[in-house]
Amino acid sequence: MKSDLLAPRSLWLAGALFGALTLGAAAQQPPNPPAAAPPAASPPPASAPAAAPLPPGSPLIGRPTGNEAAAKLAPVTPPPIAASPDKLPTAKLKVPPGFNIEVYAAGMANARSLAEGDKGTVFVGSRLVGNVYAITNKDGKRTVKTLASGLYRPNGVAFKNGTLYIAELSKVSRIDNVEDNLDNPPKPTVIYDNLPKDEAHGWKFIAIGPDNKLYVPVGQPGNNVLHDDDHGQIRRMNLDGSGAEVIARGVRNTVGFDWNPETRQLYFTDNGRDWMSEDVPEDELNRITKVGEHFGAPYCLQGNIVDPEFGWGKSCSEFTAPVALMGPHSASLGMRFYTGNLFPKAYKNAILVARHGSWNRSKKVGGDVLLVKLNKDGTVKSTEPFITGFLDNNSYIGRPVDVLPMKDGSVLVSDDWNGAVYRVTYGKPKMAAQ
Amino acid sequence: MGKTITALAFAFMASSAGAETLQERVAPCLACHGEGGQSETENTPSLGGQQAPYALIQLFMFREKLRSFEIMNDMAKPLSEDDLRAFSDFIATLPKPAPPADAGDPARMQRGQAAVQQHRCDNCHNPDFSGKENVPRIANQREDYLAKTLAEYKDNSRHGYDGTMADVMGQITKEQIADLAYYIARFR
Repeated sequence: MKSDLLAPRSLWLAGALFGALTLGAAAQQPPNPPAAAPPAASPPPASAPAAAPLPPGSPLIGRPTGNEAAAKLAPVTPPPIAASPDKLPTAKLKVPPGFNIEVYAAGMANARSLAEGDKGTVFVGSRLVGNVYAITNKDGKRTVKTLASGLYRPNGVAFKNGTLYIAELSKVSRIDNVEDNLDNPPKPTVIYDNLPKDEAHGWKFIAIGPDNKLYVPVGQPGNNVLHDDDHGQIRRMNLDGSGAEVIARGVRNTVGFDWNPETRQLYFTDNGRDWMSEDVPEDELNRITKVGEHFGAPYCLQGNIVDPEFGWGKSCSEFTAPVALMGPHSASLGMRFYTGNLFPKAYKNAILVARHGSWNRSKKVGGDVLLVKLNKDGTVKSTEPFITGFLDNNSYIGRPVDVLPMKDGSVLVSDDWNGAVYRVTYGKPKMAAQ
Repeated sequence: MGKTITALAFAFMASSAGAETLQERVAPCLACHGEGGQSETENTPSLGGQQAPYALIQLFMFREKLRSFEIMNDMAKPLSEDDLRAFSDFIATLPKPAPPADAGDPARMQRGQAAVQQHRCDNCHNPDFSGKENVPRIANQREDYLAKTLAEYKDNSRHGYDGTMADVMGQITKEQIADLAYYIARFR
């Protein structure tokens, strides 16, 4: 029975990959490893005939049956209402000696990605409540405004030369001169919408690179799926949405990236697949050294494990390995290089990574911000905790999403569980006082 | 029926300005959704025993028009964050809806049960369909409302808080929607 099922499946895979290679060549694209296959909706049933394959986006794909511990695990959904300022967990958050952490602003339900404007406005995206917020700061008095609402999963925000860029599930828009119009902002103007509409891994982190291009990821449309040529990648484009090209493939779901200030290479976090086991694969920290690199998913996981389902006939040596592993199911999201001068010298040009925290693991990991120090050649020297305490007794009292070094050298951290943004400073606490 | 609901909605909005007890404020809700947690109104869900976090998310989505249904958008418009919490906590305390007296046609019940297993509805909604946290109780929900809701998730005219149901519905057929609604409404 088992071999009867396996034979047609592997044949189908082989055919799919052959088709993908042929298509890639026909399109005369720059050398791309085979990332494509027919839409994942078409694979033949792999499991027991009683249950149809789960839809491609389902987080339950691959979940072992009849296991009580596994049956308890499900994605953790944050409330749609921000915690009141007196209920924020700031007192439980731990930072290294000499650092201070305080609430920067609260009352922003589902606060996610962060961007700083030229005039000091902090823009905050959300994933589930349709809002983009603006935090203004006048003489230490901070005010939160809802800049836009009714958007569709506006997770990503980026800022350049007076313009705010907003990434919704399947489009990117811009608002020009946004800081001069915070009280009466115009509707966002769409600049790019040639994007898939999948809900799974469809929300986006965006950023603008030192090359003045806008970088937009497209996640894989499910936990662990073969997919078409339009998914599992990072694209870049001009700031008006023109000239889009794919610069990385084999990317399962990146929700944070930034450029090394010394080498200008792009580093990005990538979330590993679920349900393979409690301890592997780990999330990845990756580095792009050349356009078109393939980072493995869904064939090779964490640089050294061929996927039990899609890895047959593949070797991890065909793909670019991560520069660091970030913990199993840890949901490593926002990451930025620290280029400021407020923190001690050891922090200069190191990476801060927000780990949102796991759901697909009995003993949760993450719920912290890590400090990743690099060697001169851009490889990883060490990883250590920077902010801890979001995870308390195996449950979340907050979940960090993004980190944002500010022009004054302080660092902001967003928390989508409480709808708040914290600020980390170094030195005498009075520096952090409002 | 539409007229009654609209009239009630206006009554609710007009009266919500004054200081009232929660009991008084929810009276217009229960007029359509049912006094004892069980709705007698076409296409209108029973609220009894609903998970408070789910109810809160729905009220929030109605208020923000992330979920479109005019009457509920109007009803939720004046609600403060504290109101959302108070209403959803109250909804959770209402008695659970009861299954209909008839046990249902065995063939259809069997088809519904098979569809539940095939699409693993019981993974998130629990084997007794009581739901958990942001996943709603669906046990003994009105059949018409279940069928309507599943169809709306399938054509993505109802956006979920997250995308889970849109993904799940991709592979569920129209016939299966009818079977699922029939079975879950009569589940014992």
